Amino acid sequence: MDDLLSEFLTETGEGLTTLDVELVKLEQNPNDSELLGNIFRLMHTIKGTCGFLGLPRLESVAHAGENIMNKFRDKELSVTPTGVSLILECLDQIRDILATLEATEQEPEGDDSDLIARLNAHAEGGDQAAAPEPEQSAPAPVDVAIDVPDDDEEEDELEKAFRLALGPDELAAQAATEVANSEPAAAPEPVAEVVELKPAPAPKPVANKAAPPAPKTDAGSSVANQSIRVSVEVLENLMTMVSELVLTRNQTLQILRAHKESDFATPLQRLNHVVSDLQEGVMKTRMQPIGNAWAKLPRIIRDLSHELDKKIDLVMKGAETELDRQVLELIKDPLTHMVRNSADHGLEMPNERVAAGKPETGQVILNAYHEGGHIIIQISDDGKGLNTDRIKAKCVENGLISEAEMDGMNDQQIQQFIFKPGFSTADAVTAVSGRGVGMDVVRTNIEKIGGTVELNSTEGKGTIFTIKIPLTLAIVSALIVECCKERFAIPQLSVVELVRTSAHSEHKIEHINETPVLRLRNRLLPLVTLRDLLKLSDPEADEAQGETTEVREDNFIVVSQVGTYTFGIIVDRVFDTEEIVVKPVAPILRHIQLFSGNTILGDGAVVMILDPNGIAAATGEIAVADTDMGGYEDRQAAAGEENVAMLVFRSGSGAPKAVPLALIARLEEIDLAKVENSGGQHVVQYRGQLMPLIPMQSEMQLGKEGRQPVLVFSDRERSMGLVVDEIIDIVEDRMNVELSAEKQGYIGSAIIAEKATDVVDAGYFLTQAYPDWFGTESGKENFESSRSRVLLVDDSPFFRNLLMPMLSVAGYDVKAVESASEALSLCDAGEIFDVIVSDIEMPGMNGFEFAEAVQENHRWSKIPMVALSAFASPADLVRGRAAGFRDYVSKTDRGALLTTLQDTIAELKGAA
Amino acid sequence: MSDNYQENEDFVTFFIAGQLFGVPVLRVQDIINPQRITPVPLAPPEIAGSLNLRGRIVTAIDVRKRLGLPAREGKDCMSIVVENGHDLYSLMVDSVGEVLDVDQSSFERNPPTLDQRFRDYSQGIYRLDGKLLVILDVNRFLDYSRSADAA
Repeated sequence: MDDLLSEFLTETGEGLTTLDVELVKLEQNPNDSELLGNIFRLMHTIKGTCGFLGLPRLESVAHAGENIMNKFRDKELSVTPTGVSLILECLDQIRDILATLEATEQEPEGDDSDLIARLNAHAEGGDQAAAPEPEQSAPAPVDVAIDVPDDDEEEDELEKAFRLALGPDELAAQAATEVANSEPAAAPEPVAEVVELKPAPAPKPVANKAAPPAPKTDAGSSVANQSIRVSVEVLENLMTMVSELVLTRNQTLQILRAHKESDFATPLQRLNHVVSDLQEGVMKTRMQPIGNAWAKLPRIIRDLSHELDKKIDLVMKGAETELDRQVLELIKDPLTHMVRNSADHGLEMPNERVAAGKPETGQVILNAYHEGGHIIIQISDDGKGLNTDRIKAKCVENGLISEAEMDGMNDQQIQQFIFKPGFSTADAVTAVSGRGVGMDVVRTNIEKIGGTVELNSTEGKGTIFTIKIPLTLAIVSALIVECCKERFAIPQLSVVELVRTSAHSEHKIEHINETPVLRLRNRLLPLVTLRDLLKLSDPEADEAQGETTEVREDNFIVVSQVGTYTFGIIVDRVFDTEEIVVKPVAPILRHIQLFSGNTILGDGAVVMILDPNGIAAATGEIAVADTDMGGYEDRQAAAGEENVAMLVFRSGSGAPKAVPLALIARLEEIDLAKVENSGGQHVVQYRGQLMPLIPMQSEMQLGKEGRQPVLVFSDRERSMGLVVDEIIDIVEDRMNVELSAEKQGYIGSAIIAEKATDVVDAGYFLTQAYPDWFGTESGKENFESSRSRVLLVDDSPFFRNLLMPMLSVAGYDVKAVESASEALSLCDAGEIFDVIVSDIEMPGMNGFEFAEAVQENHRWSKIPMVALSAFASPADLVRGRAAGFRDYVSKTDRGALLTTLQDTIAELKGAA
Repeated sequence: MSDNYQENEDFVTFFIAGQLFGVPVLRVQDIINPQRITPVPLAPPEIAGSLNLRGRIVTAIDVRKRLGLPAREGKDCMSIVVENGHDLYSLMVDSVGEVLDVDQSSFERNPPTLDQRFRDYSQGIYRLDGKLLVILDVNRFLDYSRSADAA
C-alpha cells in the first residue's frame, strides 16, 4: 500500500478516536472553547489530508462536519446534543469509508448527500432544523449499505435504530459508553503511548449492542499493525542504559588490556561488538533525517499545483539533517501546513508572476541545517510576500486590534498578526486555505517543543519562515577542551579552526590594554579567556608557582563563529572530538547563559557544553536580534496578567536598569551648569526648592555642562532626582523579578523586553537623598505623627517592593508582610494600623480568609480593609465585601489605590 | 504534594551539623557514596556540580551551604538523591541515618523563632525521643525561582 495512504489511515484513525472522546466531553461542557478549538483542528486536519489525497467523498463529509464545528466555534450555533450526534454520525460515516479504503485502497462509490444535507441544514438552520432530523436520518443506512461490507451495515442499522429510539440525553450517555467501550481497542492517548495492538479504525463495541459479533477487519491485514508505537520515554531509558553498558564495556576492555592472555578475551570481543551494534541500533531509533517529514510534501505540492493551476517547484535542501524523532513528529504537521500555505497564499498565479517579471514557475524552498545548538528549518517562497495593508484591514475587522494601535506599528510587527488565532487573509474558504486554524496552530506546536518561528517577508519578493528548534535531544559532535583541569564541550559546528599559540611561534597573543587579541591571517581576532569567563582558578598553578597565570606560554585558541562574529576562546588544552547527547541542564542552572546543556562523556564524566552564542553575548559583541518583535509579542501575550509599567534606562555599564513607572513623578533633563554643591551633595534648584541629585552609580561624575536626564521622585514637600545616563523606554510587561539581596540599591533582576534588566530599589536611593525619607519605616518613633499606618499584605516580593515606596511617597507609614499569617502575628504582637491593604491570591491563607480572620479578631475588627487584586470582577467585589473588605482595587491601578486609601482614612477620621 | 501526611510516614534521615533531618522516603531515589563531581562554573555557591548516576545527570547541592551553615570538614560525604520534576538532585549531607517511621501525632509546625532559612525549607518538626526531626521541604529547597541569586 502507498506509504502516504497507510500513514493517512493510521493518523485519521487516531484522530477519529480522539474526536469521539472530545466530542462527548464537549457535549458536557459546551462552553469550553479550548476543547472546541481542539476538535475543530482535528476535524480540519482530517478534511485537509483527505483533500490532498484526492478522496473527494471523505473530504465532502468532513467538510460538512467541519462547517458545523466552525459555527460552534464562532458561537453562531450552540452546542446541542443533536448537533453533536450529527457530527458523531458524520465521524462514523468517515470511519466506514476508511474501512473500505483500507481494504480496497479505493474510496468506495456512494452518496453522502443526505448526511451532508442534514449537516448543512443544521449548520444553516441551527437548532430549529434539529427537530425533524430523526425522520430524515432513516434512509442514511441505506446509503451506507451500498458500499460497505455486510457486517458494517448491520451494525450501522442497529446503531441508527438505537439513536432513533433514544432521546438526546440518553444519546449522550450512549455515546459516552460507546467511547468508553471502544477505548481499549482504540489508538491510545498520548499519555500512555503504548503499543498499538488493534487496527486504528476501532471496531465498534459490537457486543454491547447485542449485534452478531462480526469483526470488521482481520488483524493481520491492518496497516496499523505493521508498526508499533513506543513511548519516547521507553526509548530514552533504553538509551540511558545502553550508554551505561557502553561505559562498563569500556572499563572491562581496559582491564582486559592489562591481562594479555585471558580466557575472557574472545567472549569480551563478542560482547564489544554486540554492545556497539546495540548502541547504534538504539541511536537509530531516536534519530531520523528530516527528509522523513518531508516525504509527503512533493505529492502535496503536486496536487496543489493542479488544484490551484499554479506552477510550483519544490526544492528540498538538507534532507539528511538528522533530528530527534520526537521533535520530528512534532514539526511534521506544522511544516506541512506552512508549505501548503506558501504554495497557496504565498505564490501568485502564473500570469501574475509573469506580469511581475518573475519566472512562471514559483519556488518553495525547504532548507534544514544545524546551527549553534539548534536545528534551523527555513521555508521560503518567491511569491508575493505578505500584504501588510490587508493584514491591517483584517486585524481591525476581526477586532484583534484598533486602528490607532495599528498606526504605531512597523511592518514586521503587523506581519506577526498572521500567528494570531482566528486570523486568515484568504478571502474565500476553500478546501485548501484555512479558516484561521493556520499559523496559530503552527506556532503553538513549535513553541511546545521550545522552538521559535520567525517571519521575514518582503512584499513582492516572497516570504521566509525560519523555524528554530533547540537541539535538546539531538546528538552533536563536540570538541572537548580543558581549562583549569575542567573539561568542557564546544559544539563542533560553531568551531571554525584551532590555533596553537606560543610566545615564540608565529602566532602569539598580543594585548591592547590587557585585552587579548590574535593576529590571524591579517585580521585581528578578539579573544576571550575561558578561565576568566567562567571565573575558574587553576589549583595547581596557584599552589605550585603562585604566578599569575594570566598568559600562559602555550595556549590553544578555539576560533568560533556565531553569525558573522568570529572570536577566539582561549583554553588550556584541546582533546579530541566526541559524539555527545545533549542533555538539558537542571532548571536551577538554566540561567547561566554560557552553557547550552551538559552531557556524559565516554569515560562517565559529566561535562558542561559551552554555548558559543552565550559566550558571544556575554562578551558583549552580539546584539540579540529582533528584540523589538519578540518583546512586542511577549507584551501582548502577557496582557491581562499582572502588567507593570517599567521605565527602562541606562546607567553605568552592564545591564539596563528599570524602575516601576508608578514611583516616578516626572522625567526631567537638567542643565548641568545649574548643578550646585551643597553639604557634599549635588543639588539643583527645582520648582523653587533645592532638589538633591543622587547619581545612580556612586562613582559617576557629573559633567560641568550639557544636559543630563534625571528621574524625579516626589514626596509631598520634597523631591529628589536620580541621575542616569539615558532613558531608554517605558515597557509594560509582566514582571518576574528574581530577587537578590547582593547589590545594594537593586531589588533584583528581571527580563524586560527580552533583556536581563536590573530592577532598581527606589527606596534605597530615596534614603540616600533624605536619610529620613522612610524614617517611619520602623514604625514606633513616628507613631504619634499624622501619618496613617498602612499594613500591606502581599506574597509577591515584587509588589511589596513596588507598593511600599509608592505608599510611603504618598505619605503613609507602611508595614509590609508577605503572608496573612505573618500579618496576624503582628496583630497578636499588639500592632495597630489605620488601614489594611491585602492581596487576594496568596498561598496559605488567602485574602478572603484573612479578612474573615481579621473581622473575628476583636483588636483589629475595626480596621478597614482594602483588597488588592490583579483582577477585579464584580463577583470578586461581592465576595470581598462579604468577607469584610471595604473596597476592591486593581493591583496596578496606582491612582485608585491612593484615592481609596485617602477616602477610607478620611471616613475613619470623620467617624472618630 | 507532600503536604498531606498519612498517619505514619517513613522518612530517610540524615544529619547536618548535628541536626537530624528527614525527607519522605518516597521522594528518595538513591543514597550514594562520594562520587566524582564536575563543578559547574558560575553556578550558585551551594551547587557543588553535576554527577553521573547510571547515565542520568544529577545536580549536587551542598545542603550545608544552602542552609547558610559553614562548610563541612573533610571532603567526602554521602548524598541523598531525590527527584524533583523530571530532574534528579543529590543532596550532600554529613551522614545518612536510618529510615524512621514517625507518628503523625508528634508533628509540630515550625517555631516562628527558627532561622529564616530553616523556616523556609522546613515543613515542620517531629518530636522524637531525645531528638527533633526537621522535615526538609524538598520542593521549596529545590525551588530556585523563589530565591534565585543572579550568579
